[in-house]
Amino acid sequence: MASLKELATRKDPLTGGHRMCPGCGAPIVVRQILLASKDPVVVVSATGCLEVSTTIFPYSAWNVPFLHNAFENAGATMSGVEAAYQNFKKKGKIDQHINFVAFGGDGGTYDIGLQSLSGAMERGHDLTYVCYNNEAYMNTGVQRSGATPRGANTTTEPAGKVSQGKVQWRKDLTEIMVAHNIPYVAQGIIGNWSDLTRKAEKAFSIRGPKFMNILQPCRLGWGYRPDATLELARLAFETCAWPVYEVENGVYKISKPKEKKPVIEYLKPQDRFRHLFKPGNEALLADIQAEVDRRWGQLLAKEAPRQGSGQ
Amino acid sequence: MSEVKPGWKTLPEGDIVKGGTAAEFKTGDWRSERPVWFPERCIHCMFCWISCPDSSIVVKDGKMTGIDYDHCKGCGICVKECPVKPNKALEMKPEREGSCQR
Amino acid sequence: MSKVVARTGNEAMAEAMRQINPDVVAAYPITPATEIVMIFAKYVADGLVDTNFVAVESEHSAMSACVGASATGARVMTGTSSQGLCLMYEILPIAAALRLPIVMCDVNRAISGPINIHCDHSDTMAARDFGWLQIFSEDSQEAYDSLIQAIRIAEDPRVHLPTMVTTDGFIISHCLDRIEIVEDKEVKEFIGGDRKAANSLLDVKKPVSVGLLDLQDYYFEHRLPVAEAMKNSKKVILEVAEEFAKKFGRKYGLYEGYKLDDAEIAIVALGSTCGTAKVVIDELRAKGIKAGMLKIRVFRPFPAEEIAQALANVKAVAVLDRSDMWAGQGGQVFTEIRSALFEAVKKPQLLNYIYGLGGREIDQPMLRSVFTALQSAEKQPLVQYLGVRE
Repeated sequence: MASLKELATRKDPLTGGHRMCPGCGAPIVVRQILLASKDPVVVVSATGCLEVSTTIFPYSAWNVPFLHNAFENAGATMSGVEAAYQNFKKKGKIDQHINFVAFGGDGGTYDIGLQSLSGAMERGHDLTYVCYNNEAYMNTGVQRSGATPRGANTTTEPAGKVSQGKVQWRKDLTEIMVAHNIPYVAQGIIGNWSDLTRKAEKAFSIRGPKFMNILQPCRLGWGYRPDATLELARLAFETCAWPVYEVENGVYKISKPKEKKPVIEYLKPQDRFRHLFKPGNEALLADIQAEVDRRWGQLLAKEAPRQGSGQ
Repeated sequence: MSEVKPGWKTLPEGDIVKGGTAAEFKTGDWRSERPVWFPERCIHCMFCWISCPDSSIVVKDGKMTGIDYDHCKGCGICVKECPVKPNKALEMKPEREGSCQR
Repeated sequence: MSKVVARTGNEAMAEAMRQINPDVVAAYPITPATEIVMIFAKYVADGLVDTNFVAVESEHSAMSACVGASATGARVMTGTSSQGLCLMYEILPIAAALRLPIVMCDVNRAISGPINIHCDHSDTMAARDFGWLQIFSEDSQEAYDSLIQAIRIAEDPRVHLPTMVTTDGFIISHCLDRIEIVEDKEVKEFIGGDRKAANSLLDVKKPVSVGLLDLQDYYFEHRLPVAEAMKNSKKVILEVAEEFAKKFGRKYGLYEGYKLDDAEIAIVALGSTCGTAKVVIDELRAKGIKAGMLKIRVFRPFPAEEIAQALANVKAVAVLDRSDMWAGQGGQVFTEIRSALFEAVKKPQLLNYIYGLGGREIDQPMLRSVFTALQSAEKQPLVQYLGVRE
């Protein structure tokens, strides 16, 4: 695995001067993942915060080739790029290895872009799809998505007098990707650069479709001080609200927190969950804790027992 | 960027630009607080560099050399992530009026 | 040396695609265009082409993949119809704005609802404002010839716009026709080697960003060149057609006049209906009636001046639209032609017939009735529906 000093010798894939919010996690996802590639990369991005804020004409923050097509089609668009690359390679017009990386937010990945993503994964293109997951449609102003967790306040499922934010549990896209039987699926956070860059390095070392679902706190939509972005991501991991794990050729490898913290430690610092701490919502909080525990248990059961105790 | 914007006859064909032009766009004036670096305390762990959303930690030959105040938005993540104890190598200070590098 | 063979429209288009040998094809099955893709997929499977074929999971993804592939500088083709084209609508103007010369085989079919698999032009007409060149075909031969020409036109530096070549669903796509096929090597020569793109997304040494966000200050300046390139393409279409005629003997223009020069009454039509109309016109001519036709080959760019000039001396003209704008001012073709003639000093009396929706038969008696009506055009309503039960 490349050390930080080594990574720091590589060309930064993003320049400053983009218009993401101060403390935004999305460019951190991009930098940590793309810096892990020792080979050149080509990027496709779905419409979303990342795309809009990094490419306001005539200013592009991308130091690597970048293509934006539309919202729901990053998977398909990258399929076309990769197919053309394979064609040129076959014809001897190009020999350089390139890592193809598609970025989409959770809206563009869990919801509107799910079909395009699924198709790209099923067809086996040699690409890495990265979901920078901030658990709502942040670009349009914090609307609920299939990735929004239960109880979160969003502008299309707001907390009100008779409602406590999102009613449904979020769907488990990472497991949907695992079910595609692709060679590598990872779920991670931006609060642990060494884990994330290692996962990205692994993804880039594997030929075929790879999927990474990276939790990326959004200071605007989640409501917290901008300097807490990485800290909150780590709390999601430490409470198992967002398990960190990878599945390589069907084999699960789970990162376990030293001590599993109560989920309220993760929820409490966020404005989007503030209403849950009003008197009368204790049952809902208990419900969220129970679901986190259930899903964590279910995930642990997927990991094959290992020889010895070493993790 | 000059204020006179090109017309359609002179713009390059298609919706395309050379990569990295956003570096010409300054976001330093977004700050209300700025991180200040204390080189004597710095252990050059690069945690700030890998955590910066604005690519604003300047590094050279594997060492931190400063902060790009033209683009730093003052989010404070670098300060939060700095592991140096007891005094961090980066501290947030109020942005003085007119001090933003333009 | 060309050879004469029997081919359906779909087979003819697939044959042209094989000879063009694009770098990437991304497509999804839809009646009645499926066959083009099926036949082409077999060419890929048999190693007869060098293409990377992406069998996507929807037409939306087909056009999205085409955009991605084309942004690398690859020569890219696809094929679709009706609902499939509708699903592509979102991406079609993006391909145009990015100036990607994707070439599409578009088999005209009615759009839902109700669901219907047969021919009309509503799918293609609804795509007329997306910055794609649109070339219609009367028969398989024209489809074959135009598809080969489309590569040259789309990739010409004065154009750099995506192009669709259309056939009429089932009527052309599935009917065997006698066509002349050019030799592979001649097609290759005519196209002239690989696509020459100014930028490639795969150029990692000179990274470019493509598809940026334009705010109020640049959007207009990025859209207008599409119109300009569209206008320029007229000249290119004619140049390419002339070269094609020199090499292969078949001549094409923006439109075709059939016995139009001295016509007193005429129809304007596109696609397969023109074949039937020619028979009716011959018959009327034999009776001494000065009937004629203006067949539109290129609907985008719309050859307004050329058509206005060609129709100047006709007394009455019926525009046949195989699609409707539902309480607009007649069909799409009619609206264009009426507008083209507005300033003309000499212009015919105009009528509009909307016909053939959802594959409704258009036969000789119906066309004869149109010519009969044209003989007393001043007594006719402006817009009429032809062949619908009341």
